[in-house]
Amino acid sequence: MSSYNIIDHEYDVVVLGAGGSGLRAAVGLSEAGLKTACISKVFPTRSHTSAAQGGISAALGNMGEDDWRWHMYDTVKGADWLGDQDSIEYLCKEAPKAVLELEKYGVPFSRTDEGKIYQRPFGGMTKNYGNGIVQRTCAAADRTGHAILHTLYGQALKHNTEFFIEYFALDLLMKDGECKGLIAWNLNDGTIHRFRAHTVIIATGGYGKVYYSATSAHTCTGDGNAMVLRAGLPLQDMEFVQFHPTGIYGHGTLISEGVRGEGGYLVNSKGERFMERYAPNAKDLASRDVVSRSMSIEINEGRGVGKDQDHVHLHLSHLDKSVIENRLPGITEAARLFANVDVTKEPIPVVPTVHYNMGGIPTNYKAEVLTVNGSEKTVPGLMAIGEAACVSVHGANRLGSNSLIDLVVFGRAAAKRAAELIKPGAPHEEIPETETQKCLDRFDKLRNAQGDNSTAELRLAMQKTMQSKCAVFRTEKNLEEGVNEIRKTYDGMDSISVKDRSLVFNTDLVETLEFDNLIRQAVTTVDSAYHRKESRGAHAREDYPNRDDKKFMQHTLAWCDGKDTKITYRPVHNSTLTNEVQYFPPQERVY
Amino acid sequence: MAQISLPKNSEVNKGKYFKDKTGSKNIRKVNVYRWDPSTEENPRTDTYEVDMDNCPSKVLDILNKIKNEIDPTLAYRRSCAHGVCGSCAMNMGGKNGLACTKPHAEIDGDIDIYPLPHLKVKRDLIGDLDGLYKQYQSIEPWLKNNSSKETTEIFQSKEDRAKLDGAYECIMCACCSTSCPSYWWNGDKYLGPAVLLQAYRWIVDSRDDERKARLKKVADELKLYRCHTILNCTSACPKGLNPAKAIAEIKKMLATANV
Repeated sequence: MSSYNIIDHEYDVVVLGAGGSGLRAAVGLSEAGLKTACISKVFPTRSHTSAAQGGISAALGNMGEDDWRWHMYDTVKGADWLGDQDSIEYLCKEAPKAVLELEKYGVPFSRTDEGKIYQRPFGGMTKNYGNGIVQRTCAAADRTGHAILHTLYGQALKHNTEFFIEYFALDLLMKDGECKGLIAWNLNDGTIHRFRAHTVIIATGGYGKVYYSATSAHTCTGDGNAMVLRAGLPLQDMEFVQFHPTGIYGHGTLISEGVRGEGGYLVNSKGERFMERYAPNAKDLASRDVVSRSMSIEINEGRGVGKDQDHVHLHLSHLDKSVIENRLPGITEAARLFANVDVTKEPIPVVPTVHYNMGGIPTNYKAEVLTVNGSEKTVPGLMAIGEAACVSVHGANRLGSNSLIDLVVFGRAAAKRAAELIKPGAPHEEIPETETQKCLDRFDKLRNAQGDNSTAELRLAMQKTMQSKCAVFRTEKNLEEGVNEIRKTYDGMDSISVKDRSLVFNTDLVETLEFDNLIRQAVTTVDSAYHRKESRGAHAREDYPNRDDKKFMQHTLAWCDGKDTKITYRPVHNSTLTNEVQYFPPQERVY
Repeated sequence: MAQISLPKNSEVNKGKYFKDKTGSKNIRKVNVYRWDPSTEENPRTDTYEVDMDNCPSKVLDILNKIKNEIDPTLAYRRSCAHGVCGSCAMNMGGKNGLACTKPHAEIDGDIDIYPLPHLKVKRDLIGDLDGLYKQYQSIEPWLKNNSSKETTEIFQSKEDRAKLDGAYECIMCACCSTSCPSYWWNGDKYLGPAVLLQAYRWIVDSRDDERKARLKKVADELKLYRCHTILNCTSACPKGLNPAKAIAEIKKMLATANV
């Protein structure tokens, strides 16, 4: 039995993660007078929200008429009808309020001639239910995520949020199906901390790093998702992984959809603007899954550019110089640094790159975590928000600029709900020591692992498997190989090696714990993909090319215990939240 | 006569030498500062022979290669890998920068990699930025506006918004402050270029109602006027920002305004 000294804390609420959603929740919780701790493995402004470029969607109507119901329709259609329309209604209706609130916090949005928040066109964002392009995406140049993250951190400071920075969370503390807190390891001094809380809000982001080539940061390892799996709870819709059409070829750095929003376009080796063929109306501003698939087809059919004909070109040199300078300065810098390209003269080499996880921890629109045990139930004491959560507003495919709005709308919703549920300062229940011991045993076992397989080797094997077996296009054969191969990598953990036994900033152990988190999500992702025998949104099966609403108008739920998974389904909500808008029945999805 | 020397436990020793095992003909020597607080040992510099034929172009790629293939015990911060999160700020070839954007081809000879200068070290390349973060909090980096209208934004002209350009982009990597000799000597009192640039960002925001109070707050011999226009900050900034200019603007505002 492992033995560590434990430092105990008691809070009304613990927020795990300090990106856009975690910070927004923390601000709301502090405002509500709840004693709140915000725990993060990185300093808040290092979170991956900082990498969001193009903008945040909200039907403000600053650049022409707009309506939140149009935004809702676009989101439902973008999601290929897998989104829950009650949640989507909530998102789109609350969006304008949430953006105005950010502006009042101090976000330096770009401006229109009248001094209003500037909005740009973005993929899949239309007016009047699909009839023409609307400018709905609020932007701070092409650094919107950075601007929002830094501003939210300032707000958290204003409200004296208690931060625990560079603490790595290990596991949730569960009792009789309820969440009672969590355990974290302080990297700064090596101590172990137990946080008791009436509610834990998971805001740990996505798990893009299960793939080899992703726009995701090194730290996007879905730690909260894996903690939920280890707590015996399911993850939802994990097969839906968004490939962003424009990652820099060879490096994976994101080039914002804002480039196409401002008039950039994609070109194949024959010099054709091929998106005109695949999406005659929206062209380069079709939704991301559509554009990524079109690019992959062009490449597969031999019309890719470059020596190996394995990518395409993104042109923006025709744009007005002032547009590039004022609205796209960040990607100008990224293209120079990582593609050695001067965007005013040359195209950027781009390829579809893993970018976002639509799947995650199932929640309702109040951010309460759901499970299914006979029927749909909330998990007391547990909430999830941001990319970690699957509300589900993004369904099978997220629209660009809907992620930033998701962060703030549901960060805010979580704080509101927690304030309704929790009486500040209420006493905490005892948690059985066995929960703590189970968590520390896993920690100690990995810390002292003396096998032959380095974490880096296993991680690479997992990433290569996911990249080749669970990519833009999927087949039964490919996925079956993936299901088996990923388990071989999982078995490799039996003989994993950790060389560093210390406790202060032991990043060898951090990466091993992260790998342990990643591999469980890789298993659930590829298994979920194998079982969904239809094509919907980002999940494109060559052997089942059509959407099958009869069988699969359902969310996948996947439990994962080690390498054993259990897959079930729950129906997509088929009603809206209020009668201010009608349910949008499924249609054929064309752009 | 006073004798000035480093305490014994802070002398940097010669560390381990990791010879190349790949047989590559294209090797570079990489010297990395190492220190583990959980041992009693002095800091040291370990040397790694790195196969450059199979290494992408940035210094971070070298560190990742060392961590993945040679020595997993090496500790450094890193996250986004494209210059927006500010995690991997360090001193490379004698200059501060972000490892993820710094091309190793720009460094001649052996590649020396150290933590950001003049910080306490937490471990290896990980510097202690807690003091700088506290200073950041002290300038109250949030909008102070008394307008209560909730249904519209606070209007801001394009010209007023343009004043924030060059300031709001700061990623708080601390390359500037830790390159500043004034900050080295008076880092506990002098706010330093990173934090003053942020102070400036809120001072010039046309939506903020507390401009005068903000100016007053930094108008201090130590907080502000320890800037002696050495300009290391501007030369160090990996985002191409100009903190020295922002500090000069604050000084100018104080000299000309009735605060």
